[in-house]
Amino acid sequence: MFTRTPYECHTRLAVDGQWHARPGDDRWARLIEGYRTMALIRQFDKKAVNLQRTGKLGTYASCLGAEALTTAAGQTLQPDDYFVPYYRDQATQYLRGVRLEQILQYWGGDERGNDFPADAPAVRDLPNCVPIGTQLTQAAGVATKAKQRHEHTAVLVTCGDGATSRGDFHETLNVAGVWQLPLIVLVNNNQWAISVPRRLQTASRTIAQKAEAAGIEGFQVDGNDLPAMLDALDYALDRARHGKGAILIEAMSYRLSDHTTADDASRYRKASDLHAAWQREPVARLRQALVEAGHWDGDQEKAWLEHCQRQVDEAIDSYLATPPAPATDMLDYLYANLPPALLAQRAQLEQRTTGGHHA
Amino acid sequence: MLSTHQQPDTAIPMNMVEAVNQALHDAMAADEDVVVLGEDIATNGGVFRATEGLKEAFGIRRVMDTPLAENLIAGLSVGMATQGLRPVAEIQFMGFIYATLEQLISHAARMRNRTRGRLSCPLVIRAPFGGGIHAPEHHSESTEALFAQIPGLRVVIPSSPARTYGLLRAAIDCPDPVLFLEPKRIYRLQRLPVARHGDPLPLDRCFTLRAGTDVSLISWGAMIHETLAAADELKNDGISAEVIDVATLNPLDRETLIATITKTGRAVIVHEAPGHGGFGGEIAATLASDALLHLRAPVERVTGYDCPMPYFALEQQCMPGTDRIVAAAKRTLEY
Repeated sequence: MFTRTPYECHTRLAVDGQWHARPGDDRWARLIEGYRTMALIRQFDKKAVNLQRTGKLGTYASCLGAEALTTAAGQTLQPDDYFVPYYRDQATQYLRGVRLEQILQYWGGDERGNDFPADAPAVRDLPNCVPIGTQLTQAAGVATKAKQRHEHTAVLVTCGDGATSRGDFHETLNVAGVWQLPLIVLVNNNQWAISVPRRLQTASRTIAQKAEAAGIEGFQVDGNDLPAMLDALDYALDRARHGKGAILIEAMSYRLSDHTTADDASRYRKASDLHAAWQREPVARLRQALVEAGHWDGDQEKAWLEHCQRQVDEAIDSYLATPPAPATDMLDYLYANLPPALLAQRAQLEQRTTGGHHA
Repeated sequence: MLSTHQQPDTAIPMNMVEAVNQALHDAMAADEDVVVLGEDIATNGGVFRATEGLKEAFGIRRVMDTPLAENLIAGLSVGMATQGLRPVAEIQFMGFIYATLEQLISHAARMRNRTRGRLSCPLVIRAPFGGGIHAPEHHSESTEALFAQIPGLRVVIPSSPARTYGLLRAAIDCPDPVLFLEPKRIYRLQRLPVARHGDPLPLDRCFTLRAGTDVSLISWGAMIHETLAAADELKNDGISAEVIDVATLNPLDRETLIATITKTGRAVIVHEAPGHGGFGGEIAATLASDALLHLRAPVERVTGYDCPMPYFALEQQCMPGTDRIVAAAKRTLEY
């Protein structure tokens, strides 16, 4: 059991990595796997930012600070569940079988990054959603399909704290309540919507409490705490799969990065606030807890980080070596069959970009 | 459960709203993935009764009264469509459709494109549109041009019961998202024969409703009826008018439009929406670029005035009448 209220943040790990409530013996393997993913994604994210700085990637939305909540999402979703992301969900997408090079390809301006592998659980997942909050109503549609088909599956959708100001958020919670949809709305409350802090988004005491108005359950969890997030998502997804209705989870985290690589958070965020947030960050916190419990050590850490470096470098090499898509792709996937009205444009595009010869 | 291989029945007389209803019944019987959703569409059968009887026939899991939120209806439809359902959503009036624009532009119309074919969005949004029924404010707009510019979104407008049935069946079968605009002024204008379980019609062809040699009258939706009446008047004056129902604004059947001008050399484009930035401009530009040497007169456009659709006391004066169409056709002949 764990605390589930909109007003008290469920936590398992103290900031210094001390356990409030130690997991049972059967839980360590999952936490270690979670830690490995978090460390991998931390390295991946750092290198992705560097790629952007050197002109090899487009504007990139960092997931620094979101590792625990997004890893927990990936660890708790079943393959036949559905994931509807916003755009800081790299860890979840990776655990759903999206390749790291595809994540780079997407932020590198190439839609093929959204063509997830056919054999991955992510194959039916929606791609990243840039217009804020618009993925929420879509997730309600996916959940309606799951319910209509009598599936024992759940739909997990993510958004940031800024998205909770949108009508989409309220419309989604509302219909999820009325229709008892198998939908989990996971808010990554990282305290910032670009430059606007959480307190300027809503006068509500918490975001989780907004569930009450929609007639669904809502609670707050420490988003920097992997075991707490696993508790929350295990509970919520299991309920949804069993037809017990929708849940809103507010995961408390902190955006340790700029909004994107095109942003400079020093314009609006105090250095002291950022420093304080680093004391609560999820990766070191879980590492300390694992070490403290005797389930991780310096040698394992060193070996794993070396492995991560190799894996990320291979993904980068693969991304950089991928030939560009044919220009005609911009038309070829627009309709199921290219309408006659577009044939002339396609012929011109092909002529201009290949000189009439197929690449 | 009906088989998907029904033979067309004998044609029976139907008006347009009955044809919508029949098409929905037949599509839902033929394909379990077809679901309908919207405001007041289940128990009430829709404010125009277009969805009457569907809830009784197919149950509330496939016929869904939604909360009153058009943006939600569109987002639900996108989500369902990406996962294999074929949602047919009703927006009660076109004046309330604007909340769906973000989902249509940013998601429905580009889902296949941005996932490079992994996901698609085979949804239909139905909406009654146009003026002439003395409706409240915001119930009489014709903003089809806003939607016709969205790449990936098909825009379809029927103008008779048979085309309503055939085009709606095709729209529901179509793997692409479709905006299906129903000209409500002619919903119950006349009952004409429609084959139940009939065949779909093509979604990218204009319909030539009347063959002629002197001038081409090009229109869609409710204005087809004023246009046909204008063709009758012109005939009385010895002028042979060809009448083209564009029916599918996107993708546009340029071939038929160019062919009719090649034949007649004169074009009058008629639509209820304002002329400025209206879809008639796209057709006029097509004729100018691809049929210039066949044109014997400037292309005429007969449209609503460049103002918001007036509240009903003045709406008739805003909508193009037969007199304006006849006068424009004669100008092309006198040029």
